[in-house]
Amino acid sequence: MLSNKSIVDIDDLSKEEVNKILTNADSFLEVSKRDVKKVPTLRGKTIVNLFFEPSTRTKTSFEVAAKRLSADIINFSAQGSSLEKGESIFDTLKTILAMNVDLVVIRHSDCGAVKLISETIDIPVINAGDGKYQHPTQALLDLYTIKKRFNNFKDLKVAVVGDILNSRVARSDIELFKKMGINVTIVSCSMLLPDCMDYINVEVNNCIDDVIEDADVIYMLRMQFEKQDRKFYPSIREYNRFLSLDMNRLKRMKPGSIVMHPGPVNRGIEISEEVMSISGKIAEKLEIENQVTYGVAIRMALLYLILS
Amino acid sequence: MTEKAFILNEDDIERVLRRISHEILERNKGYKSLVFIGLQKRGVPLANRIAKNIEIFEGEKVKAGKLDISFYRDDIGRNVKPDVQITDIPFDIKDKNIILVDDVLFTGRTVRAALDAIIDFGRPKSIQLVVLIDRGHRELPIRADYVGKNLPTSLDEFVDVKLKETDGVDSVIVLENKRKRDAQ
Repeated sequence: MLSNKSIVDIDDLSKEEVNKILTNADSFLEVSKRDVKKVPTLRGKTIVNLFFEPSTRTKTSFEVAAKRLSADIINFSAQGSSLEKGESIFDTLKTILAMNVDLVVIRHSDCGAVKLISETIDIPVINAGDGKYQHPTQALLDLYTIKKRFNNFKDLKVAVVGDILNSRVARSDIELFKKMGINVTIVSCSMLLPDCMDYINVEVNNCIDDVIEDADVIYMLRMQFEKQDRKFYPSIREYNRFLSLDMNRLKRMKPGSIVMHPGPVNRGIEISEEVMSISGKIAEKLEIENQVTYGVAIRMALLYLILS
Repeated sequence: MTEKAFILNEDDIERVLRRISHEILERNKGYKSLVFIGLQKRGVPLANRIAKNIEIFEGEKVKAGKLDISFYRDDIGRNVKPDVQITDIPFDIKDKNIILVDDVLFTGRTVRAALDAIIDFGRPKSIQLVVLIDRGHRELPIRADYVGKNLPTSLDEFVDVKLKETDGVDSVIVLENKRKRDAQ
């Protein structure tokens, strides 16, 4: 039901298709609220989770999504596999495909690896994150989270805050949000911005205070220490001063606005310990757990639309 | 597709639904154990209208939910299907007499899927089926308990049900695929 069977980057999806995925997701959200959280829709289909890089939420999310649709899912991680014996990725893939698999979900630490794989095999591939390049299902679930809160995208202002340079989430999110007509601003410092900012063509601010009172959505990115081969920021104190969300800033956000984060949160860096453990009315601003819930629904919708 | 016959207008549909509402009450000896589930998409307004009738006749509200059977189809991957609609059954169906409502009964495959879906929500006491139109051509051993109108059709024909809530107008029309017939 989608024109591109594989989803490698945001370009693979038209605006109509994105809307179709979001509309369908509502029905799948309902399945997860039932007592018996399972429907027989994809019975007999086999999906492989191929993770060449560590992951908890994306991998689990795909696994839960597949299982709730009654598909069989096999988890493969690079550690402990024949890759450690020196087998190439393509040979590993050939072995897995020989088992008559219907779809593969791939995460890899190299940009473009998923695209390369999708061009060499003839079953659908879903990109679960490749290097610093793309993470399309995260972008879809983020967009869905925004839709659930605001109902439409018109005149919405989203500020994406933090490590843009190393973030595949930022690349997919910014591209998708712009495609859907959302107004996007970046808050970051020059060390954490890529060279191709002209190409991204988005307004850039250097301090979160510039946008905090105006934005409908504050999207906090994770500091990607594991991808940083050198020190990108002088100190955590300086990061806190310009790019972190603390109690003070949270209280200055306008009524109805929300905070999102793709997780896992580095407590005390992007978001303060105090904000992470708030309760009461103001806690409704934090959509971080809803993002995870909606992620399962979005991935169920995608698997259904691709495999049915 | 060309129009072949006009079957039911707004008043006809209202009369049929009123008659069926009475039949349901008669057979179940009242409304007490009944819950209504409409199949997406045109079974939903029909279920709501029957529930409303029963409320008028008995003076008591009855529960109505909606069910989408996309997840339970037996032809996944064979045909392009419309978007998945919302399923919303906001009540317990355990030990209830369920009145399942759809617009047209044809091959019986939709009803088969609906039965599977309902069982996933719990174990009802019974499931009874209401259809506005029974057009024949069953492929499974399924029949309706309450039928608005039996309408013998050929496979070249299409029964077009329109309802105010979904299409802005109440009507049942038989359309015919003329070109295909001429070719034969």
